Amino acid sequence: MHTIAFPKLADYDIPAMYLFRHITDYKIIKPIINLNTMETGSKHSPDFVCAPFKYTLGSLINGLENGADILLQFGGGCRYGYYASLQEEILKNLGYKFKMYNLVTAGHTDIKRIYRLIKEIDPSIKLRRVFRYGVIALTMVKYMDNIDDYIRENIGFECERGSFIKLKKKMLNDFSKCRGLFHLRRLYRKYKKEFKKIEIDKPKDYIKVGLIGELYTLMEDNANYEIEYELAKHGIAIKRFTNVTYLLLKKRKKVRKYLKKMKNIKYRLGADALDNIYHTEYLCKKGYDGIVHIKSSFCTPEIGAMPLINKVAKDYDVPVIFFSFDTNTSKVGVETRIEAFVDMLKMKKEM
Amino acid sequence: MKKCYLGVDIGSISTKGVVIDDNNNIIAKEYIWTEGNPVGAVKKLVGILKSQVSDEYILKGIGTTGSARKLIGLMLGTDVVKNEITAHAVGTTSLYPSVRTILEIGGQDSKIIMLNNGIITDYAMNTLCAAGTGAFLSSQAKRIGVDINEFGDMALDSNNPVKIAARCTVFAESDLIHKAQSGYEIKDIVAGLCRSIVLNYLNNVGKGKRIKGPIIFQGGVSKNKGVVKYFKEVLGEDIIVDENSHLLGALGIAIISKKYESDKVYSFDVSDISFITKGHECSGCSNNCEVLKIYKNDEMIDAWGNRCPRGVNS
Repeated sequence: MHTIAFPKLADYDIPAMYLFRHITDYKIIKPIINLNTMETGSKHSPDFVCAPFKYTLGSLINGLENGADILLQFGGGCRYGYYASLQEEILKNLGYKFKMYNLVTAGHTDIKRIYRLIKEIDPSIKLRRVFRYGVIALTMVKYMDNIDDYIRENIGFECERGSFIKLKKKMLNDFSKCRGLFHLRRLYRKYKKEFKKIEIDKPKDYIKVGLIGELYTLMEDNANYEIEYELAKHGIAIKRFTNVTYLLLKKRKKVRKYLKKMKNIKYRLGADALDNIYHTEYLCKKGYDGIVHIKSSFCTPEIGAMPLINKVAKDYDVPVIFFSFDTNTSKVGVETRIEAFVDMLKMKKEM
Repeated sequence: MKKCYLGVDIGSISTKGVVIDDNNNIIAKEYIWTEGNPVGAVKKLVGILKSQVSDEYILKGIGTTGSARKLIGLMLGTDVVKNEITAHAVGTTSLYPSVRTILEIGGQDSKIIMLNNGIITDYAMNTLCAAGTGAFLSSQAKRIGVDINEFGDMALDSNNPVKIAARCTVFAESDLIHKAQSGYEIKDIVAGLCRSIVLNYLNNVGKGKRIKGPIIFQGGVSKNKGVVKYFKEVLGEDIIVDENSHLLGALGIAIISKKYESDKVYSFDVSDISFITKGHECSGCSNNCEVLKIYKNDEMIDAWGNRCPRGVNS
């Protein structure tokens, strides 16, 4: 009997746990990020590596401490693609005994390869079950992302503080217990209605802000000081493009389209850099009031994209604010900058 | 009875306070070191300000800004708590309505604010580290053994500033040590340091910004004549440094507090308030929030850092 652990990314551990629970009998450890995992993660990481490395390493160590002997990791299209191998070395040097599987290498989701690896992890896994529950898990991700989009646009205007978060928690709890695809769809429709029912007080001329940047920092609340809620607190609607649905299902096609449309850019610039530049232009054209760009420090693709984002935004006279996050723990600096940014947007709007 | 308003700007290094009358004239001002104890510094500061204000004034508003603004806002019992950027912009435009660019270098923050007709159009602030800020200057001054107040004059003496890495304090410091050990004159090193602060600022904070005149330089570092000189040299434009350049944030927040005036009358007597904060790590769930509880006169008035009510009660 083995135990599986994988790093945390936003709420996506819920569909992942759902999938594993139904296809294998192995024990699965729920991934967490807290102050302790952050501390152990950064302690064993190289100093100048980007923050996602530290967060995921801490999360994995927590899994190992709880008895995991199989680790799963997912590589991105930047140097994150090599992180699984590096983390494996670091953890082996620390004396842990485990096997690590990197399911996604260099940003390519190769279904056949993933299935082969899963089969290697647990030979008793049946293709039929993988297919059936894989579809459910993917649908769950899609539904979660749809609901999150709605929440982002409206949470800043809720009449009763915390009502969105409360309902979301309830929804995720129900999703994790769903009995099948049809049940999941019923649940989704039910919660969609309930979210629409939450009382909001949206003024006519509200401020809209686009949130772009590096994917891990964007999606994981622990890594970005809950920047979405910080912004929303000031009565702002937020638009974010990056989520797992986008990365898994849409990105490949979209990037090809973006590359054709952006006349000045001939290369993809790595990871999400091209997407972010395109999205900046999109947000400017759609009349958004400001753009917030966040990344982990030392994120190379985004560093390459920043001057271009700056230029595009300047052409449309839309203010951009850049944030660079490491594993600092104090929120105060972020609050100050956001407050000032919002003040500025409000002043501009009144003009 | 005349009305007056108090603005307090609590920075990492220094704490600034001004009292203004109805026409935004400064009637009392003070500048003291924070010394890592914002609560104590503000108590002392308000005590000093009180002695400068005559009895005919009543205090109708208080505003706080700076990195400890939330804490001190609670202590002084005010709701007017604003970020430094807005406060600085408001304070500066009250004196110089036509300003287009504000350069500000403080203790641990540095920022650039671009304005158009008194409206902020763009701003930037240093990100993660304290490179090129007052804290770095004062720590280096201490290391070389020069009083920070003489630092600027010393830099003016030099005709040959040494070149120092302008990116990062860590690199700058090792550069400084190497230059000192290889025998450069102290005044040249001091001048080089001032110049590197300017280059660092323009590289980091001012990157991609079109700096237009009139330019105002403020914050604690603006008192350093060496830095002012190199700003003029590098930008090729005149730099205005107000005599109260270090107080403009406090002035701004005092003006803002005027807008929120109500019937409430505040008091300068804060020295006998007991104000304690206690931090602990909540072990209620896997989040392990760092909770900070704030007590005023032995009564808990607020708690920060907790994501759920459990953190407060534990």
